[in-house]
Amino acid sequence: MNLMQITDEPVSLEIITNKMNTLRYYPQRCINCGMCTKVCPHGVFATDDAKVKVADHTGCIECGACKLNCPAAAIEVDSGVGCAAAMIRAALTGKKEPVCGPDCCGT
Amino acid sequence: MSEIMVTTSELTSINRRDHMLARLGWDRLGHRVQPGLYRLGDPTPNSHIFVTSNYSLSFDALRSALQGMDAYILVLDTKGINVWCAAVKGTFGTEEIIERIEETRLRELVQQRTIILPQLGAPGVNAHEVRRRSGFKVEYGPVLASDIKGYMKGHEATTEMRSVRFPLRDRMVLVPVDIVNYWRYLLPAVLLMYILGGVMGALAVLIITSFGLVLFPMLLPYLPTRQFSSKGLILGIIGGLLLVYLQTWQAGLTLNTAGVITALAEVLLMAPPVAYMALNFTGSSPIASRTGVKREIFRYIPTFAVMLVVGTILTVIVALIPFGGSL
Repeated sequence: MNLMQITDEPVSLEIITNKMNTLRYYPQRCINCGMCTKVCPHGVFATDDAKVKVADHTGCIECGACKLNCPAAAIEVDSGVGCAAAMIRAALTGKKEPVCGPDCCGT
Repeated sequence: MSEIMVTTSELTSINRRDHMLARLGWDRLGHRVQPGLYRLGDPTPNSHIFVTSNYSLSFDALRSALQGMDAYILVLDTKGINVWCAAVKGTFGTEEIIERIEETRLRELVQQRTIILPQLGAPGVNAHEVRRRSGFKVEYGPVLASDIKGYMKGHEATTEMRSVRFPLRDRMVLVPVDIVNYWRYLLPAVLLMYILGGVMGALAVLIITSFGLVLFPMLLPYLPTRQFSSKGLILGIIGGLLLVYLQTWQAGLTLNTAGVITALAEVLLMAPPVAYMALNFTGSSPIASRTGVKREIFRYIPTFAVMLVVGTILTVIVALIPFGGSL
């Protein structure tokens, strides 16, 4: 069975990626609602004619706001906290990466 | 049903004292207000509803920015964490908003069906899901509460209002908390280094601390290179050279063979701790990504370790081997 047959999407799904972060944009899915341009604090997305375009891919800090607020699942990103202290702490204590709050930075 | 609380736009001396203590890191999770619905001025069923976290600095920034307006403020229970951090954690989130709308009976209280959220709440909130499940449309306002008045004119945010910046003022306000966090190590380190290396040893600790915790945040955008660690290494090397300069000037260090090795060792030992403090500043900044920080840790922590080992070996060599024309 050809797996491609079970989805409605074109066989060649365009994915825009970059090496600096995990932000992946699927322009063919974009419905141009502009939500991502409103929630991004670093101007990564910009409105264009038919679809949103990526204006500053490397500016992404992986906060995850765009992914969560995209109604068309056109954006994916492995979001998390860009905090060295949290990651080093997690590595030293063998716990999974803590997020800000009482467990980390709290006291 | 929880009662509607009343608030004003005025900040009292008690509020200001609370803000100052928060900035000093005193009782970090204790700066809270009661979650729930607040009345600001004399709101009608058609007044705007603003949502914020229960960190007192967030709540106070919002209510003071709404000076002169009649509005509702819906305070989410984020356990005393600010909007952005709580959003990334998920406590400023879809579920909490929906529950809080139910609990405060907001739907019966007001006629209009829009809630205005700070833009930085977006990492925790799925606007479409909130609308589907609560009936309230989520509108993302500007990043800063101080831009709300401008935003409300046409419910349009400019690119400026949508962008997180990290100006000097915002960087320096973080310095006291970091100093307080390092405080318990500072005095023992100064004493230990005084015993090992005299006045210059103690001075080395003070240079490391001030360069890493004060100068680094101050100079962040002006230091060359992009990564925090490499910026920190550059600053740390300058700090090491400053100590060497002070020693040649004040403490009779001559730059003969032993002197040069000593100087090299000092720079190698002083740069990594400064760079480590710089690396840890990623978490305080709004410009670092998880991927970027991970990459920095894997790349620079080994570098720091090598520098410290080589620096230590050089120090021992200078101490053990009698060079001609010693210090």
